[in-house]
Amino acid sequence: MAELTYRDAVARGIAQEMARDPDVIFFGEDVAKAGGVFKATVGLYEQFGPRRVRDTPISEQAILGAAMGAAMTGLKPIAEIMFSDFFAVCFDYIANEFPKSRYMSNGQVKCPLVVRTGNGAGSRFGAQHSQSVENWAMMIPGLKVVAPSTPRDVVGLMAAAVRDPDPVIFFEHKSLYATKGEVPDGEIVDTLGSARIVRPGKHATILALALMVPRALAAAERLQAEHGLDCEVIDVRSLVPLDTQAILGSVGRTHRLFTVEENPRLCGWGAEIVSIVADEAFYDLDGPPVRITTPHMPLPAADIFEDMVLPTVDRIVETVRRSLSA
Amino acid sequence: MARKPVRAPELSARAKLNDDIGEELRLRLYRMQVELREAEQRAFDLFLQNLVKGTSHLSLGQEAIAAGFAAAMKPGDLSFCTYRGHAHTLARGVPVEKVLGELMQRDNGLMRGKGGSMHLTSVEHGVMGSYAIIGAHLPIACGAALRAQYRGDDDVSVCFFGDGTTNIGAFHEALNFAAVWKLPVVFVCENNLYMEYTPIGEVTAVEHPAADRASAYGLERIVIDGNDADVVYRTASAAYVRARAGKGPSLIECMTYRHSGHSRADPAKYRPEGELEKWKERDPIKIYRARLKQFGIGDDVVAKIDAQVMQMIDAATEACKAAPPPPVDILFTDVYADGGWAWRN
Repeated sequence: MAELTYRDAVARGIAQEMARDPDVIFFGEDVAKAGGVFKATVGLYEQFGPRRVRDTPISEQAILGAAMGAAMTGLKPIAEIMFSDFFAVCFDYIANEFPKSRYMSNGQVKCPLVVRTGNGAGSRFGAQHSQSVENWAMMIPGLKVVAPSTPRDVVGLMAAAVRDPDPVIFFEHKSLYATKGEVPDGEIVDTLGSARIVRPGKHATILALALMVPRALAAAERLQAEHGLDCEVIDVRSLVPLDTQAILGSVGRTHRLFTVEENPRLCGWGAEIVSIVADEAFYDLDGPPVRITTPHMPLPAADIFEDMVLPTVDRIVETVRRSLSA
Repeated sequence: MARKPVRAPELSARAKLNDDIGEELRLRLYRMQVELREAEQRAFDLFLQNLVKGTSHLSLGQEAIAAGFAAAMKPGDLSFCTYRGHAHTLARGVPVEKVLGELMQRDNGLMRGKGGSMHLTSVEHGVMGSYAIIGAHLPIACGAALRAQYRGDDDVSVCFFGDGTTNIGAFHEALNFAAVWKLPVVFVCENNLYMEYTPIGEVTAVEHPAADRASAYGLERIVIDGNDADVVYRTASAAYVRARAGKGPSLIECMTYRHSGHSRADPAKYRPEGELEKWKERDPIKIYRARLKQFGIGDDVVAKIDAQVMQMIDAATEACKAAPPPPVDILFTDVYADGGWAWRN
C-alpha cells in the first residue's frame, strides 16, 4: 500500500496495462516527452519508448480517428484529449464513429479503445477549459463512460477500461489530480458499471461523481455532526453501464434521493437517474428527488464566481437539510 | 493530365505481345468494371421499382478507380470507403447479392439491414467500412496504418473519398498525421467535378482540390486519368510499393465524372448542357473495350464476360427479391461487445 496522487495514479494505471499487453499504445498532445500538460503521464515515454507513447499534432480528429483505426484492426489504443471541452472539435468520432461502427456493421467492426480526458472546473480556466461534459458522452448509445474520484479507482477503472471490448470515455477530474489516496500494491483491476457506497447512512441517498464525491462526503459528515442526519453517499463511478441496482437499493433503504452534479442543469446525468428512480422506486420515496447542479450557464473564470456556481459543501448541506426538514 | 505521371514499370519481353498489365489482369479489370457498372445500374432500376429504400449514391462512370485500386491490392489490404461505396465494396470481391440485399433491406444483406447503403462493411474482404460523415475515415485509415507500422504488418490502408472531402478539416489533419508518421496509407481522391450539387472549382481555392494541397504535406503532386483502369492500376501499384517500403503516404487525385446525380434525390440539373455527353465519350468501360481490342482480345471474349456478369447480377437480384426481411431478434444485438444493448443493470 502506497499513498499516490490521482495524477500519478493515471500514469500507474496506463503503465500497468502497457506492461501487460503490447497491443496497448498511448498518444495525444504533449503526452510523451513532456509527460502531459497535467503531468499525469510522466515516465511513460521513458518506460515504453517512442513507438508506444507518442506526441501528436494538435489534431483532435486525427487523434481519435487514428485511435479508432488502430482499435478496429487489433490494437488497444489509449488516446488523450487534453481538455474534455475539446470533444466539441472531434465529436464526430465520439458520437458517430466509435459507438455506431459495431451496430452498423452487424457486429463485424470492433472498437476497443479508451479516450482519457481532463474534465471539470476548479482551475479558473473559464468557460472553454472547465466544463463537465460527462453527459455529452452518456447520451450516446454504444459508449461506456466512467469518472473516477480516487487514485485507487483511477488505476482500477483504467485497467477495466483498457480491457473492455467497447469504446470507453474516461473522465479524469482536473481538480482531483493533486489529491492523494491509498493505492494497494500489485495489479488492480476494477469493474465498469459498479457504483460504490462510500458512506453508509439511513436518512437520505446522495449520489455524486468525480470531484463532487469528496464534497458530498464532507457534506454528509457535517449533516451528521450539525444536524444529526445520517446520509448515504454513493460514488456513481460509471455512468454507462449504470449501476441502477445499487442506486435503487439505496433509495429503498433511505427513501430520499439527492444528486450532486457538476454539469450544467439541463440534461445532466442526475436527471436520467431521477427519472429511473421516479419510474421504478416512486413508492419508496418519502419526498421529491432533488438535483444539486451547476446553474445552466457558461462557467466564469474568476475564482469567486466559479466557486459560487459549482455545487459546494455548504450548498449540499443546506439543500439536504432543508429538504429533509420540510 | 499528370504533371508528374507515375512511371510504369519497365516493359517485359511479353510487352511486345501484350504489356506490363497482361491479358489475365486486363480481363479481370474489364470484368470488374462491368460488374460495378451493371450492379449500380441494377441498384438504380430497383429504386424505380421501390425495392431499394433510403438513399443511395452511385459510382456510375467512376468504375475504373474502384477496379484499378482494388485489383492492385493484396489480400489483407484494407479499404476505407465513403457513402459512395458500393463499387469499392464490390471491387474487393464482396458478392453482388450481399450488396443488393443490404440496399433492399433483406436478411441476406451484408449487414442484415442494420447499416444500409452508406455503411457497407465486409471485414473478411478487407472492406473496413463505408463512412457517411465527410472526411471521417481519413484519420481512421491512418489508425489502421499505424497498427500495420507498429506491428510490422505488410498491409496498406487505402482510403477513397470525393473532391468535396478536401475542404473539410479531417482531410488536412489526416494528411499531416500520415506524413509526419510516414504511415502506409494511400489517399485516393475521386474528383468527379462536383461536391454534391456544386462545382468543386466554385468552392475551392486551387484547381486540383487534392493534388494542389499535396505539397503542404510534403507529398508528390499526382493527378491521373481516373477513367483509364490501366493508368489507375499502375498508379495504385506504385503507391502501394511506396507504402509497403515504409516511405509513407500518397495522395492521388483521379479525374472522373459521375454519370448520375449526387444521390437518389438528385437529377443533376446543375450540369451544363453537353458535359455528361462529353464525359460519356470517356466512359471507363468504353475506353477499356477499345483497350482490349487494341491488345487483340476478341469481341466474343468481351461479349461472354458481359453475358456472365449480367447472368450473375440477375441471379443476385432474384435471390434478393426472394430473401426475407431481417428477423426482429437481431434489432437489439451488437450495440455493445457483449452482443446486446444493455446500458444498465
